[in-house]
Amino acid sequence: MNYENQEFFAPGHRACAGCAAPIIVKWVLKIAGPNTIIVNATGCLEVFSTPYPHSSWRLPWIHVAFENASAVASGIDAALKAQGKREGTNIIIFGGDGGTSDIGLQSLSGMAERGHDILYVMYDNEAYMNTGIQRSSSTPFGAWTTTSQVGPYNIIGKNEFKKPIAEIMAAHKIPYVATVNPAFLPDMKMKIEKALKIKGPKFIHAISSCTTGWRHDPSKTVEIMRLATETGIFPLWEIENGDFLKMKLTYVPKQRKPVEEYFKPQGRFRHLFQNPEKIKEIQKMVDEWWAKFENKN
Amino acid sequence: MKITRGVVITEPGSTALEETGSWRTFKPVIKYEKCIRCMICWNYCPEPAIEKQPGENYPVANPKLVKMEIPVINYRYCKGCGICVNECPTKAIDFVREEK
Ligand SMILES: Cc1ncc(C[n+]2csc(CCOP(=O)(O)OP(=O)(O)O)c2C)c(N)n1
Ligand code: SF4
Ligand code: SF4
Ligand code: SF4
Ligand SMILES: [Mg+2]
Repeated sequence: MNYENQEFFAPGHRACAGCAAPIIVKWVLKIAGPNTIIVNATGCLEVFSTPYPHSSWRLPWIHVAFENASAVASGIDAALKAQGKREGTNIIIFGGDGGTSDIGLQSLSGMAERGHDILYVMYDNEAYMNTGIQRSSSTPFGAWTTTSQVGPYNIIGKNEFKKPIAEIMAAHKIPYVATVNPAFLPDMKMKIEKALKIKGPKFIHAISSCTTGWRHDPSKTVEIMRLATETGIFPLWEIENGDFLKMKLTYVPKQRKPVEEYFKPQGRFRHLFQNPEKIKEIQKMVDEWWAKFENKN
Repeated sequence: MKITRGVVITEPGSTALEETGSWRTFKPVIKYEKCIRCMICWNYCPEPAIEKQPGENYPVANPKLVKMEIPVINYRYCKGCGICVNECPTKAIDFVREEK
């Protein structure tokens, strides 16, 4: 069955105009279809989709606490099994980057290690957006946040590197890990569909622009996410069964754009233009990542 | 609406009872004579506030497309983010200041 023309995520939710998270969610649900249970970690998505007493979800949905989305989903998996009803139901977790890379990491790791048949989708807006743009371990090097303020004492913004959460999940040797970008919709759809067909734990890392925290015009959401991949900053790939040597790049830009093009429309990177050396450093890191693949053949 | 004990929401999709269209400061308006019915706007609307409808009775960019569905904006929900305006490949969507 194809449910592409059905909407399982209702309008009227309170996401900021131009938020990318609902684009990711609506497509995951269209591909998963009606026989799906959703577990949601705390964060913008949970808050804007369930302004009590209303809900945007047209599927069974549960929110418990920040750190235990994967534990709750594991429990649902076990409970359905015990009732003999496990066949044919998707269990999908949505978590933000804070809820995944930081606060929910131990329960996620446990879920992966125990081998539950669950798809985890992390929508990565690269900060704790719902509480006011605080840095997370997923905030990239050089980004301004309210807890990596830029000033005379700190010209860089966040001084630390982005935690490679998808690689960490792949190191668990789970059957499927992929990065996705809604601006590359066919690629994203293919990966969600593929993940849902595989039994066991699956992890999808989706880039998710936040107009409020990234400080850009709401109309540029998809354009900026496209630039994240076109510049090579957010590469699209998949790794099966933890086999890093067989990592498959699913999109290779013909000519990678300079990283400036991604930074320019975003206020969170504005200060970097006063320090072109820092931009060069970031460009070098991106080039080094890609060099591993470009020298292969 | 039934309010239960504990935080249980019994009506699926009930945010649709709310009108986020009031948030809009700019309004997207589709000029169907320029629309190639590619549905890119429909793919990307975050609300979603764009619906597919039969297109036979609408102006059409190319007569070959007349049997295809058209995107129709539901202004009850459209927040005026402008993603559709920005992504439309034929610049078929105008963005006009909202008059209220
Ligand atoms: C244990 C716990 N700590 C802190 C909070 C406060 N809190 C609610 S939402 C949120 C931000 C979540 O960030 P992320 O997971 O990245 O999702 P986003 O809001 O960015 O989509 C925080 C810190 C909480 N609810 N529970
Ligand atoms: S703050 Fe950012 S992530 Fe949260 S709803 Fe607004 S745009 Fe979306
Ligand atoms: S993106 Fe533009 S051309 Fe395509 S369906 Fe929408 S309005 Fe028509
Ligand atoms: S302006 Fe934004 S909310 Fe309104 S129809 Fe276009 S994409 Fe949807
Ligand atoms: Mg976040």
